[in-house]
Amino acid sequence: MAYSNKVIDHYENPRNVGSFAKDDPTVATGMVGAPACGDVMKLQIKVNEQGIIEDAKFKTYGCGSAIASSSLVTEWVKGKSLDEAQQIKNTDIAHELALPPVKIHCSILAEDAIKAAIADYKQKRGG
Amino acid sequence: MNYFQLFDLPATFELDLTELGSRYLALQRKFHPDNYAAASNRDRLMSVQQTANINDAYHSLKQPLLRAEHLLALRGLKISHEQRSFTEPVFLMAQMELREQLEDISASADPNAAIMAVEQQLQQQRKVLLRQLADALAANTAEQNQLAAELVRKLKFFFKLQHELELIEQQLQD
Repeated sequence: MAYSNKVIDHYENPRNVGSFAKDDPTVATGMVGAPACGDVMKLQIKVNEQGIIEDAKFKTYGCGSAIASSSLVTEWVKGKSLDEAQQIKNTDIAHELALPPVKIHCSILAEDAIKAAIADYKQKRGG
Repeated sequence: MNYFQLFDLPATFELDLTELGSRYLALQRKFHPDNYAAASNRDRLMSVQQTANINDAYHSLKQPLLRAEHLLALRGLKISHEQRSFTEPVFLMAQMELREQLEDISASADPNAAIMAVEQQLQQQRKVLLRQLADALAANTAEQNQLAAELVRKLKFFFKLQHELELIEQQLQD
């Protein structure tokens, strides 16, 4: 199965790979996995006082589509408010990366990862 | 289709694999299309169909995870094609660390020792999870079946890690 150019670009030059310090109070972490393929995805966001996502990082063990989906999401969320980031849909990711139907679950994983990170941030902030 | 019934075996997770193997061979012989060369079209088709069913059933029951999935499906819990994300942070963090360990193998001073170390960890944890899975499936209550489904999901991550480890091992040998 051929990957789209956008997937290959993100796979070969992934944006924002890495980790933030977990004990930083402005950092929140979303961890998700897909049992069917064994992929594991970690997505972290750094949120400022105004509730804007200043920076994002990811680490993904999985196929090219999973890496590209998480890489794309870290690009998209930067500069967004938490509410705006919450609106990101897997269909937008799949469309942008031209994912084939068998790889749609990779975009679902990335959507769930950002939602999990936002939930972690809200929980850290006590609500 | 109930694969256990096909082999006339009890629908349990702990299964006599030798018995499964011999019943598989017996059924294979019985329905082998060669035996139906002179039979009617309808019977020949039936034998081809049965042979396919027997093969599917055997491959599903032979592997513990597929067997657990089939058993859960018979109990009304279909998880084999689910696409829901797994979200238990502690488990996933541990998976991430194991993945990092795998990544470090090729750069380590003694890659073979590193492989052995990871292999042992994986084996140990798989064993614990499989034991818990067997207990949960034997209990067969709504709650324990849910737990069993969760354990199958976790075990899939471990089987994937095992696969990755084998790939690394092969690469090192080449």
